[in-house]
Amino acid sequence: MNTIQSDEPLLQVHNVTRYYGDRVGCLDVSFDLWPGEVLAIVGESGSGKTTLLNCLSTRLAPTAGAIEYRMRDGAMRNLYQLTEAERRLLMRTDWGFVHQNAADGLRMNVSAGANVGERLMAVGQRHYGNIRSTADDWLGRVEIESDRIDDDPRSFSGGMRQRLQIARNLVTHPRLVFMDEPTGGLDVSVQARLLDLLRRLVSDLGLSVVIVTHDLAVARLLSHRIMVMRQGYVIEAGLTDQVLDDPREPYSQLLVSSILQV
Amino acid sequence: MPVRLYLNNVGKSFTMHLQGGTIIPVVDKVEFSVNTGECVVLGGPSGAGKSSILKMIYGNYRCDQGQILVTIDDEIINVADAEPRKVLQLREDTIGYVSQFLRTIPRVSAEDVVAEPLIAQGESEDNAVKKARSLLARLNVPERLWTLPPATFSGGEQQRVNIARGFIAHYPILLLDEPTASLDAANRAVVVRLVQEKKEQGVAMVGILHDQDVREEIADRIIDVTAFAADAAA
Ligand SMILES: Nc1ncnc2c1ncn2[C@@H]1O[C@H](COP(=O)(O)OP(=O)(O)OP(=O)(O)O)[C@@H](O)[C@H]1O
Ligand SMILES: Nc1ncnc2c1ncn2[C@@H]1O[C@H](COP(=O)(O)OP(=O)(O)OP(=O)(O)O)[C@@H](O)[C@H]1O
Ligand SMILES: [Mg+2]
Ligand SMILES: [Mg+2]
Repeated sequence: MNTIQSDEPLLQVHNVTRYYGDRVGCLDVSFDLWPGEVLAIVGESGSGKTTLLNCLSTRLAPTAGAIEYRMRDGAMRNLYQLTEAERRLLMRTDWGFVHQNAADGLRMNVSAGANVGERLMAVGQRHYGNIRSTADDWLGRVEIESDRIDDDPRSFSGGMRQRLQIARNLVTHPRLVFMDEPTGGLDVSVQARLLDLLRRLVSDLGLSVVIVTHDLAVARLLSHRIMVMRQGYVIEAGLTDQVLDDPREPYSQLLVSSILQV
Repeated sequence: MPVRLYLNNVGKSFTMHLQGGTIIPVVDKVEFSVNTGECVVLGGPSGAGKSSILKMIYGNYRCDQGQILVTIDDEIINVADAEPRKVLQLREDTIGYVSQFLRTIPRVSAEDVVAEPLIAQGESEDNAVKKARSLLARLNVPERLWTLPPATFSGGEQQRVNIARGFIAHYPILLLDEPTASLDAANRAVVVRLVQEKKEQGVAMVGILHDQDVREEIADRIIDVTAFAADAAA
Protein backbone atom coordinates (compact mmCIF):
# COMPACT_ATOMS: atom_id res chain seq x y z
CA MET A 1 0.00 0.00 0.00
CA ASN A 2 2.44 2.62 -1.08
CA THR A 3 1.40 6.17 -0.97
CA ILE A 4 1.88 8.44 -3.86
CA GLN A 5 2.58 12.00 -3.13
CA SER A 6 1.06 14.42 -5.52
CA ASP A 7 0.15 18.00 -4.94
CA GLU A 8 -3.12 17.94 -6.76
CA PRO A 9 -6.24 15.91 -6.13
CA LEU A 10 -7.64 13.68 -8.85
CA LEU A 11 -11.24 14.03 -7.79
CA GLN A 12 -12.95 16.76 -5.80
CA VAL A 13 -16.40 16.14 -4.45
CA HIS A 14 -18.41 19.11 -3.24
CA ASN A 15 -21.61 18.69 -1.18
CA VAL A 16 -23.03 15.88 -3.25
CA THR A 17 -26.65 15.11 -2.42
CA ARG A 18 -29.00 12.67 -4.05
CA TYR A 19 -32.66 12.19 -3.32
CA TYR A 20 -34.95 9.54 -4.77
CA GLY A 21 -38.19 11.49 -4.68
CA ASP A 22 -38.36 12.41 -1.01
CA ARG A 23 -36.24 9.44 -0.02
CA VAL A 24 -32.65 10.16 0.98
CA GLY A 25 -29.85 8.58 -1.06
CA CYS A 26 -26.80 10.50 0.14
CA LEU A 27 -26.47 13.89 1.77
CA ASP A 28 -23.92 16.67 1.52
CA VAL A 29 -20.85 14.54 0.87
CA SER A 30 -17.53 16.32 0.27
CA PHE A 31 -14.01 14.93 -0.04
CA ASP A 32 -10.88 14.97 -2.18
CA LEU A 33 -9.29 11.86 -3.65
CA TRP A 34 -5.57 11.93 -4.42
CA PRO A 35 -3.68 10.07 -7.11
CA GLY A 36 -2.73 6.59 -5.90
CA GLU A 37 -5.12 6.77 -2.99
CA VAL A 38 -7.57 4.03 -2.05
CA LEU A 39 -10.68 5.29 -0.25
CA ALA A 40 -13.07 2.83 1.35
CA ILE A 41 -16.72 3.66 1.97
CA VAL A 42 -18.31 1.63 4.76
CA GLY A 43 -21.62 1.83 6.58
CA GLU A 44 -24.88 0.04 7.19
CA SER A 45 -27.18 -1.20 4.48
CA GLY A 46 -29.14 1.66 2.94
CA SER A 47 -26.72 4.32 4.18
CA GLY A 48 -26.09 5.64 0.67
CA LYS A 49 -22.80 4.00 -0.32
CA THR A 50 -23.88 2.75 -3.73
CA THR A 51 -25.78 5.97 -4.38
CA LEU A 52 -22.64 7.99 -3.73
CA LEU A 53 -20.48 5.69 -5.84
CA ASN A 54 -22.93 5.96 -8.72
CA CYS A 55 -22.99 9.74 -8.45
CA LEU A 56 -19.18 9.86 -8.53
CA SER A 57 -18.96 7.62 -11.55
CA THR A 58 -21.58 9.64 -13.47
CA ARG A 59 -24.00 6.75 -13.50
CA LEU A 60 -26.49 8.70 -11.43
CA ALA A 61 -26.89 12.48 -11.49
CA PRO A 62 -26.76 14.13 -8.04
CA THR A 63 -29.71 16.26 -6.94
CA ALA A 64 -27.22 18.89 -5.77
CA GLY A 65 -23.49 19.39 -5.49
CA ALA A 66 -20.58 19.18 -7.89
CA ILE A 67 -17.85 16.69 -8.77
CA GLU A 68 -14.64 17.73 -10.45
CA TYR A 69 -12.12 15.41 -12.07
CA ARG A 70 -8.61 16.05 -13.27
CA MET A 71 -8.48 15.04 -16.92
CA ARG A 72 -5.32 13.56 -18.43
CA ASP A 73 -4.36 16.99 -19.71
CA GLY A 74 -4.33 18.26 -16.11
CA ALA A 75 -7.46 20.38 -16.39
CA MET A 76 -10.10 20.08 -13.65
CA ARG A 77 -13.53 19.49 -15.20
CA ASN A 78 -16.98 19.36 -13.73
CA LEU A 79 -18.16 15.84 -14.51
CA TYR A 80 -21.74 16.79 -15.07
CA GLN A 81 -20.74 19.44 -17.58
CA LEU A 82 -18.87 17.06 -19.86
CA THR A 83 -20.39 16.25 -23.22
CA GLU A 84 -21.87 12.80 -23.55
CA ALA A 85 -18.95 11.78 -25.82
CA GLU A 86 -16.36 13.03 -23.31
CA ARG A 87 -18.10 11.23 -20.50
CA ARG A 88 -18.26 7.95 -22.42
CA LEU A 89 -14.59 8.18 -23.32
CA LEU A 90 -13.72 8.72 -19.67
CA MET A 91 -15.70 5.68 -18.61
CA ARG A 92 -14.16 3.52 -21.30
CA THR A 93 -10.55 4.56 -20.87
CA ASP A 94 -9.67 6.48 -17.76
CA TRP A 95 -12.02 4.76 -15.36
CA GLY A 96 -13.03 1.29 -14.35
CA PHE A 97 -16.11 0.08 -12.54
CA VAL A 98 -16.08 -3.28 -10.75
CA HIS A 99 -19.56 -4.50 -9.87
CA GLN A 100 -20.43 -6.85 -7.03
CA ASN A 101 -22.19 -9.11 -9.47
CA ALA A 102 -19.66 -9.87 -12.22
CA ALA A 103 -22.48 -10.48 -14.68
CA ASP A 104 -23.26 -6.73 -14.50
CA GLY A 105 -19.74 -5.85 -15.59
CA LEU A 106 -19.05 -8.61 -18.12
CA ARG A 107 -20.57 -9.67 -21.37
CA MET A 108 -21.59 -13.18 -20.47
CA ASN A 109 -22.04 -14.50 -23.99
CA VAL A 110 -18.64 -13.60 -25.44
CA SER A 111 -15.28 -15.22 -24.63
CA ALA A 112 -13.02 -14.20 -21.75
CA GLY A 113 -10.47 -12.93 -24.26
CA ALA A 114 -13.09 -10.82 -26.01
CA ASN A 115 -14.29 -9.40 -22.70
CA VAL A 116 -10.83 -8.03 -22.09
CA GLY A 117 -10.06 -7.19 -25.73
CA GLU A 118 -13.27 -5.25 -26.16
CA ARG A 119 -12.08 -2.49 -23.86
CA LEU A 120 -8.89 -2.20 -25.94
CA MET A 121 -10.89 -1.92 -29.13
CA ALA A 122 -12.95 0.79 -27.48
CA VAL A 123 -9.78 2.84 -27.07
CA GLY A 124 -8.90 2.41 -30.72
CA GLN A 125 -6.70 -0.67 -30.90
CA ARG A 126 -7.32 -2.60 -34.08
CA HIS A 127 -4.51 -5.16 -34.43
CA TYR A 128 -6.09 -8.54 -33.61
CA GLY A 129 -2.82 -10.25 -32.67
CA ASN A 130 -1.83 -7.48 -30.24
CA ILE A 131 -5.24 -7.35 -28.68
CA ARG A 132 -5.25 -11.09 -28.15
CA SER A 133 -1.78 -11.15 -26.66
CA THR A 134 -2.56 -8.24 -24.32
CA ALA A 135 -5.77 -9.98 -23.28
CA ASP A 136 -3.85 -13.19 -22.68
CA ASP A 137 -1.29 -11.31 -20.62
CA TRP A 138 -4.04 -9.76 -18.48
CA LEU A 139 -5.76 -13.08 -17.94
CA GLY A 140 -2.42 -14.31 -16.63
CA ARG A 141 -2.14 -11.33 -14.28
CA VAL A 142 -5.50 -12.18 -12.76
CA GLU A 143 -4.54 -15.85 -12.58
CA ILE A 144 -6.82 -17.23 -15.28
CA GLU A 145 -5.19 -20.03 -17.29
CA SER A 146 -4.44 -19.23 -20.95
CA ASP A 147 -6.45 -22.21 -22.12
CA ARG A 148 -9.64 -20.54 -20.85
CA ILE A 149 -9.27 -17.51 -23.14
CA ASP A 150 -11.87 -18.76 -25.62
CA ASP A 151 -14.38 -19.88 -22.98
CA ASP A 152 -17.18 -17.56 -22.07
CA PRO A 153 -17.61 -16.43 -18.46
CA ARG A 154 -20.80 -18.44 -17.96
CA SER A 155 -18.50 -21.43 -17.50
CA PHE A 156 -16.39 -19.61 -14.87
CA SER A 157 -16.68 -19.80 -11.08
CA GLY A 158 -17.69 -16.68 -9.15
CA GLY A 159 -14.10 -15.91 -8.20
CA MET A 160 -12.87 -16.34 -11.78
CA ARG A 161 -15.63 -14.10 -13.11
CA GLN A 162 -14.65 -11.44 -10.63
CA ARG A 163 -11.01 -11.70 -11.66
CA LEU A 164 -12.02 -11.47 -15.29
CA GLN A 165 -14.05 -8.37 -14.55
CA ILE A 166 -10.99 -6.83 -12.95
CA ALA A 167 -8.82 -7.66 -15.98
CA ARG A 168 -11.44 -6.13 -18.28
CA ASN A 169 -11.37 -2.95 -16.23
CA LEU A 170 -7.63 -2.60 -15.82
CA VAL A 171 -6.49 -3.45 -19.35
CA THR A 172 -6.81 0.17 -20.49
CA HIS A 173 -4.69 1.37 -17.54
CA PRO A 174 -7.39 3.50 -15.95
CA ARG A 175 -6.40 6.08 -13.37
CA LEU A 176 -9.51 5.70 -11.24
CA VAL A 177 -11.48 2.57 -10.44
CA PHE A 178 -14.81 2.38 -8.63
CA MET A 179 -15.70 -0.87 -6.89
CA ASP A 180 -18.98 -1.82 -5.28
CA GLU A 181 -18.54 -4.78 -2.90
CA PRO A 182 -16.04 -6.55 -5.19
CA THR A 183 -15.60 -9.44 -2.74
CA GLY A 184 -19.25 -9.76 -1.75
CA GLY A 185 -20.90 -13.09 -2.36
CA LEU A 186 -17.62 -15.02 -2.65
CA ASP A 187 -16.33 -17.81 -0.41
CA VAL A 188 -13.84 -16.68 2.19
CA SER A 189 -10.87 -18.45 0.58
CA VAL A 190 -11.83 -17.07 -2.83
CA GLN A 191 -12.13 -13.61 -1.27
CA ALA A 192 -8.62 -13.82 0.18
CA ARG A 193 -7.14 -14.59 -3.23
CA LEU A 194 -9.07 -11.80 -4.90
CA LEU A 195 -8.07 -9.34 -2.21
CA ASP A 196 -4.43 -10.22 -2.48
CA LEU A 197 -4.62 -9.78 -6.23
CA LEU A 198 -6.37 -6.43 -5.91
CA ARG A 199 -3.87 -5.22 -3.35
CA ARG A 200 -0.96 -5.99 -5.67
CA LEU A 201 -2.56 -4.54 -8.79
CA VAL A 202 -3.61 -1.35 -7.06
CA SER A 203 -0.13 -0.75 -5.74
CA ASP A 204 1.72 -1.84 -8.91
CA LEU A 205 -0.44 0.36 -11.13
CA GLY A 206 -0.68 3.26 -8.68
CA LEU A 207 -4.46 3.26 -9.09
CA SER A 208 -6.84 5.56 -7.31
CA VAL A 209 -9.78 3.57 -6.02
CA VAL A 210 -13.09 4.28 -4.38
CA ILE A 211 -14.29 1.00 -2.94
CA VAL A 212 -17.60 0.33 -1.22
CA THR A 213 -17.43 -2.58 1.19
CA HIS A 214 -19.24 -3.81 4.26
CA ASP A 215 -16.17 -5.84 5.19
CA LEU A 216 -13.87 -3.87 7.48
CA ALA A 217 -11.05 -6.37 6.91
CA VAL A 218 -11.19 -5.51 3.21
CA ALA A 219 -11.07 -1.82 4.06
CA ARG A 220 -8.14 -2.40 6.42
CA LEU A 221 -6.16 -4.34 3.85
CA LEU A 222 -6.78 -2.19 0.79
CA SER A 223 -7.53 1.36 1.77
CA HIS A 224 -5.55 4.34 2.94
CA ARG A 225 -8.55 6.29 4.06
CA ILE A 226 -12.06 5.39 5.12
CA MET A 227 -15.43 7.17 5.20
CA VAL A 228 -18.19 5.87 7.44
CA MET A 229 -21.71 6.56 6.15
CA ARG A 230 -24.97 6.55 8.03
CA GLN A 231 -28.40 7.66 6.88
CA GLY A 232 -26.93 9.33 3.83
CA TYR A 233 -24.27 11.33 5.65
CA VAL A 234 -20.54 10.75 6.02
CA ILE A 235 -20.34 10.71 9.82
CA GLU A 236 -16.62 10.01 10.24
CA ALA A 237 -13.62 9.95 7.93
CA GLY A 238 -9.89 9.59 8.29
CA LEU A 239 -6.87 7.36 8.08
CA THR A 240 -8.15 3.79 7.84
CA ASP A 241 -6.34 2.33 10.84
CA GLN A 242 -7.15 5.38 12.96
CA VAL A 243 -10.87 5.15 12.30
CA LEU A 244 -10.86 1.37 12.88
CA ASP A 245 -8.67 1.41 16.01
CA ASP A 246 -9.87 4.66 17.57
CA PRO A 247 -13.36 5.31 16.20
CA ARG A 248 -14.95 8.46 17.55
CA GLU A 249 -18.60 8.41 16.55
CA PRO A 250 -21.10 6.14 18.31
CA TYR A 251 -22.08 4.43 15.07
CA SER A 252 -18.43 3.86 14.05
CA GLN A 253 -17.77 2.31 17.45
CA LEU A 254 -20.76 0.04 16.98
CA LEU A 255 -19.59 -0.97 13.51
CA VAL A 256 -16.06 -1.78 14.68
CA SER A 257 -17.27 -3.63 17.77
CA SER A 258 -19.68 -5.81 15.84
CA ILE A 259 -16.90 -7.75 14.18
CA LEU A 260 -14.46 -9.97 15.98
CA GLN A 261 -11.12 -8.64 14.91
CA VAL A 262 -9.86 -6.74 11.91
CA MET B 1 22.35 15.75 19.50
CA PRO B 2 19.40 17.41 17.82
CA VAL B 3 15.85 16.79 19.01
CA ARG B 4 14.01 14.52 16.59
CA LEU B 5 10.71 14.07 18.39
CA TYR B 6 8.97 16.33 20.86
CA LEU B 7 5.69 15.66 22.62
CA ASN B 8 4.22 18.84 24.03
CA ASN B 9 1.27 18.77 26.44
CA VAL B 10 -0.22 15.66 24.84
CA GLY B 11 -3.52 14.39 26.19
CA LYS B 12 -5.73 11.46 25.29
CA SER B 13 -8.96 9.91 26.47
CA PHE B 14 -11.46 7.47 25.01
CA THR B 15 -15.21 8.06 25.02
CA MET B 16 -17.01 4.73 25.02
CA HIS B 17 -20.36 5.44 23.41
CA LEU B 18 -21.47 1.84 23.67
CA GLN B 19 -20.97 2.00 27.44
CA GLY B 20 -23.19 4.98 28.02
CA GLY B 21 -20.52 7.50 27.06
CA THR B 22 -18.05 6.50 29.75
CA ILE B 23 -14.85 8.48 29.43
CA ILE B 24 -11.58 6.62 29.94
CA PRO B 25 -8.86 9.16 30.66
CA VAL B 26 -5.53 7.76 29.47
CA VAL B 27 -2.79 10.38 29.69
CA ASP B 28 -2.55 14.11 30.24
CA LYS B 29 0.20 16.70 29.74
CA VAL B 30 2.68 14.24 28.29
CA GLU B 31 5.90 16.07 27.68
CA PHE B 32 9.21 14.61 26.57
CA SER B 33 11.64 14.74 23.71
CA VAL B 34 13.89 12.22 22.00
CA ASN B 35 17.18 13.10 20.40
CA THR B 36 18.77 11.47 17.39
CA GLY B 37 20.64 8.32 18.38
CA GLU B 38 18.79 8.09 21.68
CA CYS B 39 16.56 5.30 22.97
CA VAL B 40 13.90 6.39 25.44
CA VAL B 41 11.99 3.67 27.23
CA LEU B 42 8.46 4.23 28.52
CA GLY B 43 7.85 2.58 31.89
CA GLY B 44 4.82 2.14 34.09
CA PRO B 45 2.24 -0.49 34.96
CA SER B 46 -0.20 -2.14 32.61
CA GLY B 47 -2.83 0.31 31.45
CA ALA B 48 -0.70 3.37 32.19
CA GLY B 49 -0.94 4.46 28.56
CA LYS B 50 2.45 3.43 27.15
CA SER B 51 1.12 1.84 23.96
CA SER B 52 -1.37 4.66 23.51
CA ILE B 53 1.49 7.17 23.44
CA LEU B 54 3.34 5.16 20.78
CA LYS B 55 0.16 4.84 18.74
CA MET B 56 -0.43 8.59 18.87
CA ILE B 57 3.12 9.22 17.64
CA TYR B 58 2.43 6.82 14.76
CA GLY B 59 -0.90 8.50 14.00
CA ASN B 60 -2.79 5.31 14.75
CA TYR B 61 -4.64 6.86 17.69
CA ARG B 62 -5.91 10.40 17.58
CA CYS B 63 -4.19 12.90 19.78
CA ASP B 64 -6.89 14.95 21.52
CA GLN B 65 -4.62 17.61 22.89
CA GLY B 66 -1.17 19.06 22.42
CA GLN B 67 1.41 18.55 19.73
CA ILE B 68 3.59 15.71 18.48
CA LEU B 69 6.40 17.37 16.62
CA VAL B 70 8.73 15.54 14.28
CA THR B 71 11.74 17.45 13.03
CA ILE B 72 13.36 16.36 9.78
CA ASP B 73 15.97 18.71 8.34
CA ASP B 74 14.31 22.12 8.38
CA GLU B 75 10.79 20.81 8.46
CA ILE B 76 8.70 20.41 11.61
CA ILE B 77 5.59 18.29 11.25
CA ASN B 78 2.87 18.05 13.88
CA VAL B 79 1.55 14.49 13.67
CA ALA B 80 -1.37 15.46 15.89
CA ASP B 81 -2.99 17.54 13.16
CA ALA B 82 -1.38 16.16 9.98
CA GLU B 83 -3.58 15.18 7.04
CA PRO B 84 -3.98 11.42 6.54
CA ARG B 85 -1.76 11.43 3.50
CA LYS B 86 0.96 13.31 5.36
CA VAL B 87 0.82 10.67 8.10
CA LEU B 88 1.10 7.92 5.49
CA GLN B 89 4.12 9.62 4.00
CA LEU B 90 5.73 9.88 7.44
CA ARG B 91 5.12 6.16 7.95
CA GLU B 92 6.81 5.44 4.66
CA ASP B 93 9.99 7.41 5.18
CA THR B 94 10.21 8.78 8.72
CA ILE B 95 8.49 6.75 11.44
CA GLY B 96 8.81 2.98 11.76
CA TYR B 97 6.79 0.96 14.22
CA VAL B 98 7.26 -2.55 15.54
CA SER B 99 3.91 -3.54 16.97
CA GLN B 100 3.44 -6.28 19.50
CA PHE B 101 1.85 -8.61 17.00
CA LEU B 102 2.34 -9.15 13.30
CA ARG B 103 -0.68 -8.35 11.19
CA THR B 104 -0.53 -11.04 8.55
CA ILE B 105 -1.53 -10.41 4.97
CA PRO B 106 -3.04 -13.41 3.19
CA ARG B 107 -0.76 -15.13 0.68
CA VAL B 108 2.25 -12.86 1.21
CA SER B 109 5.45 -14.72 2.15
CA ALA B 110 7.51 -13.87 5.23
CA GLU B 111 10.39 -12.53 3.14
CA ASP B 112 8.04 -10.31 1.14
CA VAL B 113 6.35 -9.06 4.31
CA VAL B 114 9.78 -8.07 5.59
CA ALA B 115 10.99 -6.57 2.28
CA GLU B 116 7.90 -4.43 1.71
CA PRO B 117 8.87 -1.30 3.70
CA LEU B 118 12.23 -1.14 1.93
CA ILE B 119 10.62 -1.50 -1.50
CA ALA B 120 8.23 1.29 -0.52
CA GLN B 121 11.29 3.49 0.09
CA GLY B 122 12.42 2.86 -3.47
CA GLU B 123 14.85 -0.06 -3.04
CA SER B 124 14.83 -2.68 -5.81
CA GLU B 125 12.87 -5.83 -5.09
CA ASP B 126 16.00 -7.98 -5.44
CA ASN B 127 18.04 -6.02 -2.93
CA ALA B 128 15.15 -5.69 -0.54
CA VAL B 129 14.51 -9.44 -0.53
CA LYS B 130 18.24 -10.11 -0.05
CA LYS B 131 18.30 -7.84 2.95
CA ALA B 132 15.07 -9.40 4.25
CA ARG B 133 16.67 -12.85 4.11
CA SER B 134 19.76 -11.75 5.93
CA LEU B 135 17.67 -10.20 8.71
CA LEU B 136 15.48 -13.29 8.99
CA ALA B 137 18.67 -15.34 9.24
CA ARG B 138 20.09 -13.06 11.94
CA LEU B 139 16.87 -13.49 13.90
CA ASN B 140 17.12 -17.28 13.53
CA VAL B 141 13.92 -17.70 11.55
CA PRO B 142 14.35 -21.11 9.85
CA GLU B 143 15.05 -20.76 6.15
CA ARG B 144 12.28 -23.17 5.17
CA LEU B 145 9.76 -20.62 6.49
CA TRP B 146 10.94 -17.62 4.47
CA THR B 147 8.79 -18.27 1.44
CA LEU B 148 5.67 -19.16 3.44
CA PRO B 149 3.01 -16.72 4.63
CA PRO B 150 3.50 -16.13 8.39
CA ALA B 151 -0.15 -16.77 9.30
CA THR B 152 0.68 -20.31 10.47
CA PHE B 153 3.95 -19.43 12.25
CA SER B 154 4.38 -19.69 16.02
CA GLY B 155 4.03 -16.55 18.12
CA GLY B 156 7.80 -16.14 18.48
CA GLU B 157 8.40 -16.70 14.76
CA GLN B 158 5.76 -14.12 13.83
CA GLN B 159 7.29 -11.69 16.28
CA ARG B 160 10.70 -12.08 14.68
CA VAL B 161 9.24 -11.54 11.21
CA ASN B 162 7.64 -8.43 12.64
CA ILE B 163 10.94 -7.21 14.06
CA ALA B 164 12.72 -7.83 10.75
CA ARG B 165 9.99 -5.84 8.98
CA GLY B 166 10.40 -2.97 11.43
CA PHE B 167 14.19 -2.88 11.24
CA ILE B 168 14.82 -3.44 7.53
CA ALA B 169 14.37 0.14 6.40
CA HIS B 170 15.92 3.30 7.72
CA TYR B 171 13.51 5.53 9.61
CA PRO B 172 14.77 8.52 11.60
CA ILE B 173 12.23 7.55 14.29
CA LEU B 174 11.55 3.98 15.39
CA LEU B 175 8.82 2.95 17.84
CA LEU B 176 9.08 -0.42 19.59
CA ASP B 177 6.14 -1.93 21.47
CA GLU B 178 7.45 -4.90 23.45
CA PRO B 179 9.45 -6.33 20.56
CA THR B 180 11.09 -8.95 22.75
CA ALA B 181 8.00 -10.18 24.59
CA SER B 182 7.96 -13.74 23.24
CA LEU B 183 11.64 -14.23 22.43
CA ASP B 184 14.29 -16.44 24.00
CA ALA B 185 17.55 -15.04 25.37
CA ALA B 186 19.52 -15.62 22.15
CA ASN B 187 16.99 -13.72 20.06
CA ARG B 188 16.65 -10.98 22.64
CA ALA B 189 20.39 -10.48 22.27
CA VAL B 190 19.95 -10.11 18.49
CA VAL B 191 17.34 -7.42 19.05
CA VAL B 192 19.66 -5.59 21.43
CA ARG B 193 22.34 -5.56 18.73
CA LEU B 194 19.88 -4.35 16.11
CA VAL B 195 18.82 -1.50 18.38
CA GLN B 196 22.44 -0.56 19.00
CA GLU B 197 23.08 -0.43 15.27
CA LYS B 198 20.09 1.88 14.82
CA LYS B 199 21.43 4.15 17.55
CA GLU B 200 24.75 4.37 15.77
CA GLN B 201 22.85 5.42 12.66
CA GLY B 202 21.28 8.25 14.64
CA VAL B 203 17.79 6.80 14.89
CA ALA B 204 15.63 8.23 17.67
CA MET B 205 13.78 5.40 19.39
CA VAL B 206 10.90 5.14 21.80
CA GLY B 207 10.41 1.69 23.26
CA ILE B 208 8.26 -0.27 25.64
CA LEU B 209 10.31 -3.11 27.07
CA HIS B 210 9.39 -5.31 29.95
CA ASP B 211 12.55 -7.44 30.00
CA GLN B 212 14.82 -5.95 32.59
CA ASP B 213 17.99 -7.20 30.86
CA VAL B 214 17.07 -5.79 27.45
CA ARG B 215 15.95 -2.54 28.97
CA GLU B 216 19.20 -2.03 30.85
CA GLU B 217 21.22 -2.61 27.74
CA ILE B 218 19.44 -0.24 25.40
CA ALA B 219 17.64 2.45 27.41
CA ASP B 220 19.34 5.81 27.57
CA ARG B 221 16.50 7.17 29.64
CA ILE B 222 13.39 5.73 31.24
CA ILE B 223 10.26 7.83 31.42
CA ASP B 224 7.63 6.81 33.94
CA VAL B 225 4.29 7.23 32.23
CA THR B 226 2.39 7.33 35.53
CA ALA B 227 3.72 10.88 35.81
CA PHE B 228 1.28 11.71 33.01
CA ALA B 229 -1.68 9.96 34.60
CA ALA B 230 -4.88 11.71 33.61
CA ASP B 231 -7.04 12.87 36.48
CA ALA B 232 -9.83 10.32 36.73
CA ALA B 233 -12.31 13.13 37.29
CA ALA B 234 -11.29 14.95 34.11
N1 LIG C 1 -33.53 3.60 -7.37
C1 LIG C 1 -33.94 3.90 -6.15
N2 LIG C 1 -35.18 4.39 -5.93
C2 LIG C 1 -35.57 4.72 -4.69
N3 LIG C 1 -34.82 4.62 -3.59
C3 LIG C 1 -33.59 4.16 -3.75
C4 LIG C 1 -33.08 3.76 -5.03
N4 LIG C 1 -31.81 3.32 -4.86
C5 LIG C 1 -31.53 3.43 -3.55
N5 LIG C 1 -32.60 3.92 -2.89
C6 LIG C 1 -32.65 4.20 -1.46
O1 LIG C 1 -31.59 5.06 -1.11
C7 LIG C 1 -31.01 4.68 0.12
C8 LIG C 1 -29.53 4.41 -0.08
O2 LIG C 1 -29.39 3.25 -0.90
P1 LIG C 1 -27.98 2.70 -1.38
O3 LIG C 1 -28.23 1.66 -2.40
O4 LIG C 1 -27.12 3.83 -1.77
O5 LIG C 1 -27.44 2.06 -0.02
P2 LIG C 1 -26.13 1.23 0.29
O6 LIG C 1 -25.43 1.96 1.37
O7 LIG C 1 -25.38 0.96 -0.96
O8 LIG C 1 -26.72 -0.11 0.90
P3 LIG C 1 -26.26 -1.65 0.74
O9 LIG C 1 -25.12 -1.82 1.70
O10 LIG C 1 -27.46 -2.40 1.18
O11 LIG C 1 -25.89 -1.89 -0.68
C9 LIG C 1 -31.81 3.48 0.60
O12 LIG C 1 -32.76 3.92 1.50
C10 LIG C 1 -32.44 2.96 -0.65
O13 LIG C 1 -33.66 2.31 -0.37
N1 LIG D 1 -8.72 1.59 21.28
C1 LIG D 1 -9.04 1.77 22.57
N2 LIG D 1 -10.31 2.00 22.92
C2 LIG D 1 -10.64 2.19 24.20
N3 LIG D 1 -9.77 2.16 25.23
C3 LIG D 1 -8.48 1.93 24.95
C4 LIG D 1 -8.05 1.71 23.61
N4 LIG D 1 -6.72 1.51 23.63
C5 LIG D 1 -6.35 1.60 24.92
N5 LIG D 1 -7.38 1.86 25.72
C6 LIG D 1 -7.35 2.07 27.19
O1 LIG D 1 -6.36 3.03 27.47
C7 LIG D 1 -5.64 2.69 28.65
C8 LIG D 1 -4.16 2.63 28.34
O2 LIG D 1 -3.90 1.51 27.50
P1 LIG D 1 -2.48 1.20 26.87
O3 LIG D 1 -2.64 0.06 25.95
O4 LIG D 1 -1.93 2.46 26.30
O5 LIG D 1 -1.64 0.79 28.17
P2 LIG D 1 -0.20 0.19 28.32
O6 LIG D 1 0.52 1.08 29.27
O7 LIG D 1 0.44 0.00 26.99
O8 LIG D 1 -0.48 -1.22 29.01
P3 LIG D 1 0.23 -2.65 28.82
O9 LIG D 1 1.49 -2.59 29.57
O10 LIG D 1 -0.76 -3.58 29.44
O11 LIG D 1 0.40 -2.87 27.35
C9 LIG D 1 -6.24 1.39 29.14
O12 LIG D 1 -7.20 1.71 30.09
C10 LIG D 1 -6.91 0.83 27.90
O13 LIG D 1 -8.00 0.02 28.25
MG1 LIG E 1 -24.94 -0.82 -2.03
MG1 LIG F 1 0.94 -1.76 25.84
